[in-house]
This record gives sequence, structure tokens and C-alpha cells, in this order.
Amino acid sequence: MSKTIKIKRGLDINLKGKAEQVFGEFTSPATYALKPTDFANLTPKMLVKEGQEVKAGDPLFYSKMDERILFCAPVSGEVTEIRRGAKRKILEVIILADKEVRFKEFPVSDPSGLAREEVIERLLSSGTWPFLVKRPYGVLANPDRSPNAIFISGFDTAPMAPSYDVILNGQEEHFATGIAALKRLTDGAIHLSVDARGGMPKAYEGLSGVNIHSFEGPHPAGNVGTQIHHISPMNKGEIIWTINPEDVVVLGRLFNEGKYNPERVVALTGSEVKKPRYFRITQGANLEQLFNDEVNEGNVRFISGDVLTGKKIDKTGFLGFFDQHLTVIPEGDFKEFVGWLSPGFNKFSMSRTFFSWLNPNKEYVLDTNQHGEERAFVITGELERVFPFDIYPMELLKSIMVGDIERMESLGIYEVVEEDFALCEVICTSKIEIQKTVSNGLRLMEKELG
Amino acid sequence: MNLIKNFFDSTRPYVSEGGKFEWLWSVHNGMETLFFVPDETTHSGAHIRDAIDMKRTMITVILALMPALLFGMWNIGFQHYRALGMDADLMTNFLFGLEKVLPLIIVSYVSGLGVEFAFAQWRRHPINEGFLVSGMLIPMIMPVDIPLWMVAISTIFAVIIGKEVFGGTGMNILNPALTARAFAFFAYPTYMSGDQVWINTSTQEGQKVVDGFSGATALGELATTGTTHFSAMDAFWGTIPGSVGETSAFAIIIGALILIASGIGSWRIIISGVIGGAVMALLFNALAPVAISDVQKEFFAIPFWHHLVFGGFAFGMVFMATDPVSAAQTMRGKWIYGFLAGFLAIMIRVFNPAYPEGVMLAILFMNVMAPLIDHYVIQSNIKKRLKRATVKAA
Repeated sequence: MSKTIKIKRGLDINLKGKAEQVFGEFTSPATYALKPTDFANLTPKMLVKEGQEVKAGDPLFYSKMDERILFCAPVSGEVTEIRRGAKRKILEVIILADKEVRFKEFPVSDPSGLAREEVIERLLSSGTWPFLVKRPYGVLANPDRSPNAIFISGFDTAPMAPSYDVILNGQEEHFATGIAALKRLTDGAIHLSVDARGGMPKAYEGLSGVNIHSFEGPHPAGNVGTQIHHISPMNKGEIIWTINPEDVVVLGRLFNEGKYNPERVVALTGSEVKKPRYFRITQGANLEQLFNDEVNEGNVRFISGDVLTGKKIDKTGFLGFFDQHLTVIPEGDFKEFVGWLSPGFNKFSMSRTFFSWLNPNKEYVLDTNQHGEERAFVITGELERVFPFDIYPMELLKSIMVGDIERMESLGIYEVVEEDFALCEVICTSKIEIQKTVSNGLRLMEKELG
Repeated sequence: MNLIKNFFDSTRPYVSEGGKFEWLWSVHNGMETLFFVPDETTHSGAHIRDAIDMKRTMITVILALMPALLFGMWNIGFQHYRALGMDADLMTNFLFGLEKVLPLIIVSYVSGLGVEFAFAQWRRHPINEGFLVSGMLIPMIMPVDIPLWMVAISTIFAVIIGKEVFGGTGMNILNPALTARAFAFFAYPTYMSGDQVWINTSTQEGQKVVDGFSGATALGELATTGTTHFSAMDAFWGTIPGSVGETSAFAIIIGALILIASGIGSWRIIISGVIGGAVMALLFNALAPVAISDVQKEFFAIPFWHHLVFGGFAFGMVFMATDPVSAAQTMRGKWIYGFLAGFLAIMIRVFNPAYPEGVMLAILFMNVMAPLIDHYVIQSNIKKRLKRATVKAA
């Protein structure tokens, strides 16, 4: 292992409701859903009709950009509904699940013995390909281009993040097979980053041919974007793929057992959860029963993912494609009388303008109130404090706002995706929608330059 | 509290689009958000947000200004009664100053906010909070005896020409408060400089100014004679004549600590500004032997810390140079910007007898230069990125 890389700029937000390292019982729900909206810039083309029977691993839709990229059913059952939104955009493909999951069978084989093309073909046909995310832009990987390297962040520093020690426990064999499969995909290196503060999962030990890096520091030290930037910053024309450790396990299972089985360990966290802990949930599961049983009554927000980058879902919503984390926090849709004048012993702020700074170890209960309206983008020097990149965040954002492609490129847009700016958005005094801005910039670059 | 809430709720239909008083929407919104933090929740991206907003930022700056303002009020009374050869207690001094300064503050806020409200409504924008600070800064950098109509005109000029013509808050090149002062300085020089304006010498029945009284500031004396009868200690505590809020380095340091501790003001600019001023003053010390006149020689030779506590240097570096909009925006840019602001302030002060105080002009000049500094700082980052790409490709 190389020496520890220290991340200085960043911010750990200490929230109430971290998961205890115990497991709760999750009863398999009646319905599951696959959501095209979980993927950046995806236009789905349906392969099934309502009423059709599918097995776990049968394709439901493919990407309009590349018809080889299939998106497959997480469980077996009947496709009951294709839910559409405005302009007939497909939001959810819902499956009424069988009692006993029937799996589509894929060959069992050792990926290290397979050719690169065979591995790619296996991942594409089984619906595991979409777990690979391509940078720049943070979109689906292109099977025709080999990446310069593959990066995996082996730990999560987001607020109330689950521990990979728990998630990967017992999955060591699958993880190793998954890594072996990834190795066939690139001539470059596989980089795995671990937390210097300890708690390294057993799955990361004894892997051969993997570059392990150790990172130390506040969030976003655990973001793969931060790690790429400090290990080998991306240049124009380079391609890097990223994948989450729990999805490496799904890849491994495919080769070891011949099944597409996206079951995973999910942390249910947040101040509104009665007993925050872990559950074994299959991707796409309906969460209504879980929320009914585990969440306090009241006006709350359900998030598939963490508070920084997760997606808002309904109480009757489904677990997202990439998520191993569910968060429930109070909604903040109330007016606070002269709140901006209060001493603010309970208010979270990176600045020391509220007296809560006197108590640095406080666990906060934060709601979704924006604490003010959007204003002119004038405060300088604050974004840099939580943005550990050699990039000028405010200047990059401004270049995106005016759509100046050349400047976006020269200021380093290839090195970032939305989540890298999540903390900037949290602490922005002017309440600018920063992740959305970054997303607009990425989509523009993709459209203009491909 | 519910009463206020009901008032805003019940009046909202009238100011919404199509309502009878649509032209009051910005004011309505501005007032409502003043009373209530809006119930707006996050709808995209991160689900939680920092509690800080523009109002909190501005109120923190106002808080940081308070020691200098309160001291300034007391000092006005103190200077007044001293000029009359009278001994007044703390409260009498303070109340005298309060009576003189409060109208300045009110005029500055009313005229400035009036323009702001009008422009916000015209552009259909919510009202930006920036003027809350500018409106407090303007009276603090004026001489106490300036006529109120001059304050009003300077303020209106600063808001319109200094800010709104560029597109409003965040688009301005110059610091609005300094623009107001510069306007007053060049439009009404007799009210803004010299030795008549810094101390209120109005007399009542039976009072008269003491014999041999001089109303010159320390810098005024230094520029004409090379020495001053004020000690550096007087200047540090602030018992000297000067603009309303600028005299006490001690009160300003308290404000600086509030700004730095809360993370609102840039410590980089403040520190580098002080370093820049000190370096220039030391250079003058070294150059003293080659000065062209005796007066200049004496002025050159004064210790550098005197420069830091006399005049508006401390106030300018702490409250004016740190304005995030008109200062340099990059970290490295802030070091350069602050250093040069301090450096030039002392240079103008010593070299140019027409302007006994150089801080205002130095900061305004650096405001104009700040985008250039940022340009080169960012360009070096861009070059580094390009170089990395070519080295790797080769």
C-alpha cells in the first residue's frame, strides 16, 4: 500500500440516526421496480410489455444510445405497470414479484480465464453492465472503449454512511471474482481506496493486481472523484470507469453462481428512523412496508441514498439501482420567525455565524429547509473549503452558467461529476442549485463534444 | 407573530402577478423574508442545507461594525467637548455622537434602500441583502459634519452608478460604500477634507472653542508638517479626529476578529493588507535619508505601526477591502490583492500631499485590478492542467 493521502478540505456533517451494526428483518415486498431515472442521460427503449412474465436477469429495456446495454429485472414475476411521467417519460417499470425468485441462468465460469470480449458480453447480457459508470460526465460506460483505469472507492464518508465492513461481510469470494472480471476490462490499473482510519473489510485483503490507496480526511475523501483526482487526475480524452464495491459483488455472483442477483445490504438511517440499522434488500424493492414499520409518524422526506446526493422518493417508493443507503429526515416546510437573527445553538453551519460552533461534536437533526432563498452568487472562498480539487469551483460553475464550453473544459469539468459538488451545494450561502448546474454543464459537454 | 404571518399571507394576493399592487412584490417579499425564514425546502441536489444565508452573513458584518460605530459615536462627543474645553462624562459624549450619527445612518439607508427596492422591483428580483452592510458603512466613512443631502446624493450615486448599472448585486466592480465616499470626496471636497470637518464645533449659548484649537487629523498634520501631536496610542484607542467609524484601531480589531472567527471576512486579505502597508512604510523608513525636504523626511521616518493605526487604514483593510464582490475571488488572488491594497494605501498617503488619506483610492484601484489578478491566477491553473495532459500524452 502506498502512503496515506490526506484530504484537508472537506466537511463531515454529524447527523443523528447512524445505523447500528445489527440486522433487521426485511420481508420481501409484493412489487419491485427498475427506474430509468437512476441513470444519467439515459433514454430507455422498452423490451417488455405490461403483463409479460420475466425471470431475474431478463432484460426490461435497453439504452437508446447502445442497444447492447440491457437493464434487467432484479426479481422474477409479472411486469404489471410501466409508469410514465410528463412527455411519456418512463419513470418506473414495476414487477409483481413471485414468491420464489426464478433466475435466468448464465454460465458459471472463472472470469480470469475468459477473453475481454467474453466478459463484456456476459456483463451486457446479464444487466450488470450499467453498474459501470464512465467519467467524464458520470454516464453509462461504452463497451467499445477500454478505460485507462477503473477506480473503486472502498469506503463511504457521506453523512450516516453505511460501513462496507458490514456490507461486504461474507461476500469476500464474490468480491474477488468481481475484481477478476474487472481486470479483464482494462489494460490499465484497478484502484481501490480504503479508509486510513481503519475498518477495512476482509474482502479487500489479499487481492492481487489491485492498487490499494489509503485516504484520510473528512468527506468527500470517500468520493471516488476525490480519489481519482489525488491518485491520477483525469485529462482531456481519458476515460475512467468507476463502480461501487457492493456492485462488484453482484458481478462476482454472476460468474460464481450464474445468476443476476442484485441483493445487497442497505443501511436505513436518519433522525426519523426508530431504530437505524441494516437490512438485506434486493435492488428495486418497494419500501412502503419498511417505512411503515421503521419510521416515525410525521412530515418526513424519504431519500434513496444519502442526504447529499440521494434521490427523493415517495413513501411508496423503491430502492434505487445504485443505492445501499436509505435516509429519512424531517421535512422543513415551515416558516421560522426571524430565524436568521437567532443565536442558533441548534443550527448547523460550516461558518461560525451561529453559536452551534461552540459544540463541535454535536449530532444534528437537520430538516430539508433551505434556510433562505436563492441570491446572487457573491460569497467567495467558501466553496474551496469543502472542495478538495485543484479546480476553481466558483469559476467553473460560472462558466457552466454561461455555457462557455471552452472555459468549462480548461477549468477542469472532465474531472468532476455532480456528487463532487454536493458539499459545495450544502454550504452555499446564496443557495445556488449547484449539483443541477454541474449536471447541466456535463449534459452540454456531452451533447457538444460527445 | 401569527399576526405578522397573517398580514403577509393576506396581502400576498395583492402583490402577486396580476394583483393591484404588483409593483410592491419585491418589497413584500423582502419584508416577509426579513420576518420569516421562508418555508422553501430543497428540491434538487443535496437535501440538507447550511443554516447560513445572506441575511445572516450581513448581520454578522453589522455586528462586527458595532464596536467601531459605538466607539465612533462616543468619540464624536468626546472631540466636540474637548474642542470646547469641556469635560463630559461617557454618556453625554455618547449621546452627542448618537444625535449626530443617527441621521447619517437613516439617510444612508433610506436613500440606498429606496433605490435598491426600485431596481429589484423593476427587474422582478427579490431584494438582495448587500446594501444592509453598505448602508452602514457609508455613514461610518463620512466626516460627522457632512450635510445630510450630500450623504443622500452620494449614496444614490453609489447604488446606481456603482452597482445597478452593472447589473446589481454581485456584478459591481467597485465597492459601493467606497464609491459613495469617492463621489462625495470629489464632488464636495471642502466638506470631505481639510481641518474643519472632522470635529463638530457647534456651540451653544456660553460655549466657545478653546484657543489654539486645530481640527486637523493626524494624517493632515503629517502631510503638512511631517509630525503630529497625536500619539500612536491615541490612534490605537481612537481618541483622535477622523471619519465617524475609522478612528479606533482597537474597535476595528474586535470587528476583524468577529469577521475572521465567523468565517465571513477573508483573513487572507486583512493579513496581507497589513503586511503590504507595513512593507511600504518600512521602505519609506529606508528611503528617509534621500527625502527631498525636511517635512518629507520626517514623514518618511515615522514607524510603520503608526501608519497602521492612523487614518482609515485599519477600517479600510478590515471592512472595505474584504467585500467579496469587489475583491479578488481566488485564494492566491486575495493575497496579492490585499498586499497591493495595503502597499498602495501607504504610498498614496505619503507621496501625494493632495490626498492625506490613500486608503480609499488604493482599495478602489485594487477593486478595478482584482479581475486581472484573478485572471492570471486562474490562467496558471489552466496552464497546469494543459501541461499535465501533454506530459502524459507525450
